[in-house]
Amino acid sequence: MAETRRRPAGPLAYTLRILVTAYLLLLVAWPVALVVTHTFDNGLEALRAVFGDPDLVLALRLSAYAAVVATALNTVFGVAVSLLLVRNEFPGKRVLSALLDLPLSVSPIVVGLALMLVYGGRNGWFGPTLEGWGFRVIFSTPGIVMATAFVSLPLVIREVVPVLKEIGTDQEQAARSLGASGWQTFWRITLPSIKWAVVYGVVLTLARSLGEFGAVKVVSGNVLGETRTATLAVEEKYLNFDQQGAYAIAFLLASVSVLSILIVFVLRARSGRHHREVS
Amino acid sequence: MTALTQSRPVSIRPALRHDLTRTSGVGLGITMLWFSLLVLIPLAAVVVTATAGGWAEFWRTITNDQTASAIRLTVTAAAAVTAVNVVMGTTIAWVLVRDRFVGKQLLELVIDIPFALPTIVAGLVLLSLYGADSPLGLHLANTSWSVYLAFLFVTLPFVVRMVQPVLEELDADVEEAAASLGASRAVIFRRIVLPSLAPAIAAGAALSFARAVGEYGSLVLLSGNLPFESEVTSVRILGAIENDNRGGAAAIATLLLVISLLVIVVLDVLQRRVARRG
Repeated sequence: MAETRRRPAGPLAYTLRILVTAYLLLLVAWPVALVVTHTFDNGLEALRAVFGDPDLVLALRLSAYAAVVATALNTVFGVAVSLLLVRNEFPGKRVLSALLDLPLSVSPIVVGLALMLVYGGRNGWFGPTLEGWGFRVIFSTPGIVMATAFVSLPLVIREVVPVLKEIGTDQEQAARSLGASGWQTFWRITLPSIKWAVVYGVVLTLARSLGEFGAVKVVSGNVLGETRTATLAVEEKYLNFDQQGAYAIAFLLASVSVLSILIVFVLRARSGRHHREVS
Repeated sequence: MTALTQSRPVSIRPALRHDLTRTSGVGLGITMLWFSLLVLIPLAAVVVTATAGGWAEFWRTITNDQTASAIRLTVTAAAAVTAVNVVMGTTIAWVLVRDRFVGKQLLELVIDIPFALPTIVAGLVLLSLYGADSPLGLHLANTSWSVYLAFLFVTLPFVVRMVQPVLEELDADVEEAAASLGASRAVIFRRIVLPSLAPAIAAGAALSFARAVGEYGSLVLLSGNLPFESEVTSVRILGAIENDNRGGAAAIATLLLVISLLVIVVLDVLQRRVARRG
């Protein structure tokens, strides 16, 4: 931890403080606040209209469904991969570890295109076969879930790996030497110690998944009431000059994302204090 | 400390190729299968489709006037925004770690908003301050400036969040020693602080560049997607997909993928360097 030096702030410190605050105000805080005020221009009317429109409710439900399924997949995958990366040695580990970050830097449109080229029903690599078995991926819910899972894939791993490295293997080895099985060790020792990292990862994944737009736009087909997600509805509303509607859905989505960072923020502050007390 | 724990397994069994038990072996198999089906095979399909028409066809697609113009705008804006982030991101991290004032916690929250906010909402948000009804009188919507603005918004957290932990760990003793020996603040920053932060800044810059180059959602409502003016690379790809021109879409996508891969390599090298230092 950096020493908390209580040196009186000089003119440079004040200048930097004002510069940073002004920058963040103009770039983030003010615009976000405007969306909130626009949403409530006519009181609760705009929000009531959203929940009164069955298509929009379906869109919100689809977004929530895709986000939850993608998060569940990424959590199981993320914890398993993190354990393998930290606890095991195998050929290609370094390449795998680097490739796992790839979804963070790939354009959402490229993600959509990539999934379409493989799972597209008409001329994808696997798509026609899967449709032959009655399983439709692209322009359907599985495609939306896959696109969502793709873009938020590394978030759990990025939270869990550093914690796994830090806790080491002493306790696990002690448990094993006392006769605990692999599963027992995982459930009783490993999982409780990475619990908070998993929680952060899940919250971040959920927020990211709920807000995915580009990848979902390519694979969903955007069919009203069927494969239109909440983010796609924001675009459609705005382009159809229903600004109030667009602002209202945007407000709902933004509340969820701000709420998730608040949760992570509060949990982190608490565990940080805890950490300091312990060490 | 981290370097020690990391090198331990290697130094104990240097000759072992793997130490997987049967359970972890099966686990590795299943996770790799899912990773391949979800990420690796689809991305490979993009490259294969792009190169199916041969090199000449690939080159013709990405040097098409409108596409080349979109690529130029995307890369220029991403580079400029990354440069701004390097300076502003480091400054923000500095203020958050070294300064103490009322409302600092709030700034911490504000920095994460662009990461968590859905990109389409980000576009709408920026439109409310810089669009047609701008209370500031700044009408940036439907100009190439809107691209810079959107990139600045979505890439804000990267450098800050990479630099912040490194700065927190940095020992203030060295700086105080240098100050007591008569080094000016500028010299201390340049000779002591900056070298320790450099890998983190570079990693943040790489992530921010990659994110900007592939950005789509925040631009949909904001930039107007005017060809030769405010159209970015991802919009060109989407256009090609919608015209059922899969080869063309895949060719431009491959170009973006190459940039993503380069960034991943840079990050991998930098993260190793940070770990060794830590």
